[in-house]
Amino acid sequence: MINRFLSLEWKSFFRSASFGKSLGIKIFMGLLALYFMSMFLFIGFFMDKILKKVYPDIDPLVAFNGLIFFWILGDLLVRFFFQKLPVMSVKPLLTLPIKRKSIVNYVLGKSAISFINFLPLFAVIPFSIKLIYSGYDGSPILIWVITMILLTLINNFLNFIIESLSAETELSFLPIIVLVGALYSLNYFGFVNIAGALSKGISAISNNPVLLIVPLLILIGLYIYNFKILRNKLFLDSGLKAKIKEVNASNLDWTKNFGDIAPFMQLDLKLIWRNKRTKSSVWMLAIGLLYGLFFYPQPTYQGMPWFFVFIGVFSTGIFLINFGQFIPAWDSGYYKLLMSQNIKYEQYLKSKFTLMAVSVGILFILGIPYVFFGWKILFAHFAAAIYNIGVNTHVILYGGSFNRKKIDLSQKAAFNYQGTGAVQWVIGIPLLILPMGLFAIFYFLISFEIACLVLILLGIIGVVFHQKIMKAITSKYLESKYKMIGAFNQNN
Amino acid sequence: MISTSNLSKTYSGNQVLNIESLEIPRGQSFGLVGNNGAGKTTYFSLLLDLIQPTTGFIKSNDIQVNKSEAWKPFTAAFIDESFLIGYLTPEEYFYFIGELRGQNKADVDKLVGQFEDFFHGEILGQKKYLRDLSKGNQKKAGIVAALIGNPEVIILDEPFANLDPTTQIRLKEIIKGLTENRDVTVLISSHDLLHITDVCERIVVLDKGELVKDLVTSAATLKELESHFAN
Repeated sequence: MINRFLSLEWKSFFRSASFGKSLGIKIFMGLLALYFMSMFLFIGFFMDKILKKVYPDIDPLVAFNGLIFFWILGDLLVRFFFQKLPVMSVKPLLTLPIKRKSIVNYVLGKSAISFINFLPLFAVIPFSIKLIYSGYDGSPILIWVITMILLTLINNFLNFIIESLSAETELSFLPIIVLVGALYSLNYFGFVNIAGALSKGISAISNNPVLLIVPLLILIGLYIYNFKILRNKLFLDSGLKAKIKEVNASNLDWTKNFGDIAPFMQLDLKLIWRNKRTKSSVWMLAIGLLYGLFFYPQPTYQGMPWFFVFIGVFSTGIFLINFGQFIPAWDSGYYKLLMSQNIKYEQYLKSKFTLMAVSVGILFILGIPYVFFGWKILFAHFAAAIYNIGVNTHVILYGGSFNRKKIDLSQKAAFNYQGTGAVQWVIGIPLLILPMGLFAIFYFLISFEIACLVLILLGIIGVVFHQKIMKAITSKYLESKYKMIGAFNQNN
Repeated sequence: MISTSNLSKTYSGNQVLNIESLEIPRGQSFGLVGNNGAGKTTYFSLLLDLIQPTTGFIKSNDIQVNKSEAWKPFTAAFIDESFLIGYLTPEEYFYFIGELRGQNKADVDKLVGQFEDFFHGEILGQKKYLRDLSKGNQKKAGIVAALIGNPEVIILDEPFANLDPTTQIRLKEIIKGLTENRDVTVLISSHDLLHITDVCERIVVLDKGELVKDLVTSAATLKELESHFAN
């Protein structure tokens, strides 16, 4: 049975319509994996040296055990955002004579051999080999390595439970943040010394292999719980039943002030508010807006005005970047309708432009309190906002004409790579790097004020030539009309 | 109204449609039948300029559809669910289409009001998004949306599929009513020979992209079609 499942997946991978196109992303992911592997190998190899340096008086293994608690928390966080339960299209399998049990076991088993579970081994194994080499007993170290593997797998299955819980709430990050935050603060404020207890537990297991039964039992328990969750989901109606709730139709009549683009603006606003993927990108606004707080309180960044512009472009342009990069793929589900309707492409694009420009204005106003860190920051943000409105909106609309990937609006957003192609990686260069580079050049050559003025001037030029630029962009979209329709028609 | 000349469509060396000449006069109810892969949807997609012809062209009201967009104001279509906007309620969807076709809310309400029978109480006032409706109900909404704004050409791809028997019968009445005063040209395709001979005055049979039969509907048409497809 497993062989059959594997061959199905093999085929779905190589026969997928977007196989050739998404190869770029796969290669990128592969390089990223190689990078992490070598990083972990490096850390593992020098772990004993590093620990000796940081904790000179403590035995390296004990010191490492003391850190495991934090590793588990970090690992959980990373997993939550990057690891998803392997997807399998079960619908066609449900009516075939296949036991539900074997489908679930297969999916769960496959998750256990994911790359992220092997990653710790790249650090753990060289570390343990060096420990044995430097005179530790072989068998406790072996037991220790097994414990590490068990802990990794426990995290693996714990993560899916957290994910299935958070899938049911609107604020999808909440459960993981609460769990990790609570565990961390319990430990930090000394209510419960979890880190110490865990460290002692692991040492105890290394010395007494019988205790391996404890993590093993936890693992089995988590597996069974996952099994139950998944099994219950293996019915067609489980996903559908509760979802249909009454909707409040809003009339959004105020958009009439925008004239002939009003119908599209209403559509865009509904698009953003009524779909999972777009809705969770609204939460990204908060992150973007507060982004500056990561940097400005630190004195290091106070002396780097060219960095203000980067933060400025990012925090006033977070919606522009998030929403703009997938124009027109947001409408991919009904693109054929739009193309056969009596619409002016220019109005369609202008609605998107207006939304983005207004968002920049609002985000700039909301970001005014940054003046607390110095008026220069506010001025840089202002320049960045004007640049965003005049230049970046057009750049991202132009980039959109190269989008060829469909987006399924009902999927959740965070680290969802659906719809992502080379365009999304390349577009970041003119969007973020270019204004920062320009600013830096003028800042070093002349002065801070002139550099800001240059960005503002560029922005104003963009606004002045708005009509002309939009014409050019529109013709670019018209050119790729058939290609887009064809691409949006395919399921990837 | 619609004239097709030397039209062909080829996908990587594989010809899926080849129509030398086809004239559809104004006000005709025109039916397209053929087995899967006969080229029905391809023809409609070409007519809506959703794909590019390999050779030839279609003119709608003397406007070549892949050269100018002037055919859009008088043409409406429902091909498949991708013509629906899933996150709107049916009412919002009708208003949106209405606005694109220069109709205000009252116009749309008036038109949609005529189809209460057809909707069978399952579309209007349900407070549900289109994506949450059943396939059949989605289809009803899509078909009615294609009637908004007094289009002169209406294209419906397999309108009878997925509909319940009552709705199928009502849909037939609607289609017959549309062409009554010879203003509106209706193009439909169907696998249901009985329905299509019932509503269309002319039926064209496509086979592997070629036009093989062009019939004026009469009492004998159904028999003829049945014997054609039996072989």
